[in-house]
Amino acid sequence: MCLAIPMQVTKIEGNPDDFTQNQIATVDADGISKEVRLDVVDRWPTVGEYVIVHAGFAIHTLEASEAEANIKLLREMASSMPDELLR
Amino acid sequence: MKYLDEFRDKTLAKPLVAELKRSVTKPLRVMEICGSHTMAIFRNGIRTILPDGYTLISGPGCPVCVTSASHMDTFISISEHPRVRVAIFGDLFRVPGTHGSLANAAARGARIDIVYSPMDALDLALRYPDDLIVFLGVGFETTTPGIAATILAAKNRKITNFAVFSTQKVMPPPLMALLDDPSLKIDGLLCPGHVSSIIGAGAYQPLVEKYNLACVVAGFETTDLLNGLILLARQVALGQPKVENTYQRVVNWESNTRAAKMVDEIFEPADMEWRGLGVIPGSGLAIRSEYADFDAEVRLGITLQEAKEAKGCRCGEILKGMSIPPQCPLYKTKCTPQSPIGPCMVSSEGTCAAYYKYGIDQ
Repeated sequence: MCLAIPMQVTKIEGNPDDFTQNQIATVDADGISKEVRLDVVDRWPTVGEYVIVHAGFAIHTLEASEAEANIKLLREMASSMPDELLR
Repeated sequence: MKYLDEFRDKTLAKPLVAELKRSVTKPLRVMEICGSHTMAIFRNGIRTILPDGYTLISGPGCPVCVTSASHMDTFISISEHPRVRVAIFGDLFRVPGTHGSLANAAARGARIDIVYSPMDALDLALRYPDDLIVFLGVGFETTTPGIAATILAAKNRKITNFAVFSTQKVMPPPLMALLDDPSLKIDGLLCPGHVSSIIGAGAYQPLVEKYNLACVVAGFETTDLLNGLILLARQVALGQPKVENTYQRVVNWESNTRAAKMVDEIFEPADMEWRGLGVIPGSGLAIRSEYADFDAEVRLGITLQEAKEAKGCRCGEILKGMSIPPQCPLYKTKCTPQSPIGPCMVSSEGTCAAYYKYGIDQ
């Protein structure tokens, strides 16, 4: 039930401190565009950033630098593997 | 898709599988708490490549599965109220209570709408002004902030025919309750990804200190899962348990303060009944009295009735990691996804449904 996927922000409506107005982002993933709420996102995103979307709400603005560091670490772990273990 | 495909890279997965084998130097038992992890582990075939000595058990992290029979019965009686229309997440529709499911109630004429987001329930409220729309809140920390935001939006937009029946739950108290049981011998926890995005990885530090437990927060893609399992094995091998976070792109050490503030505005801690675990103090969230107008329990004067679990169903034991589905006498005989008896067979994230779907018999 706690499924959530990264979607890219293409438009933002509202501002982070005013909960009386709509706080909405238009997001896109693989050509599918939809509106999600920004009421509970941890950090207000900018257009072009990715947010993690769960049940119509962005819950987190993805940290691109962390994702790159993550992949780099995985690649290092993989490349240090001796060949005989991979057979 | 960006930020998903990179973490499904086969050229990375193969060496990580080798590293996983190498990292297991002594037997270990790890509980994956989250139902989405359970499904991701099965879907990626990770159970079939686990090295000897690495045991994975599923925990209480499927919200539909831990919903008690008495709550299910209450959901059904709310749906049968003449003035009410209920809005639910799809998972809940076929879960049996003592006398049938919401699906059966719908067949008898109850008005039940499956929604994608709690905000969709507000659209229903505008579309059906003469009905009270009741959103049946079933979920953990990931889902609660959105429900809180929806209640606040209803207040701001002066929508009065909308209420929530909350069985919202929080994760740390049931984990503590499980770990206090000495018969559950586990060395580590694969901690949930999106719950942790709300509560922060730091929330598991007390478990390390109190139970000497290895805790690793992981994402849901192939390499995320392998990486998490490797780090758990390494911690156990070294005998140095700690909290590690391999899902930094989505999870911080601290909690999501905007979500926490929103939840705290609307909800307060309450005792909550869990299937299989009984009533756990402070493990649930009730709507604050300031927002009683949006509390279905208050508006409909609901009192919970005691209900019996289905006879022979071992969901409770399975949710605690004490049994696996093939040990249940009903599994695959009387209880199947087509005709489920217990919630663990209904939910797409239930442990029994996962074993059934992927044909695991031991």
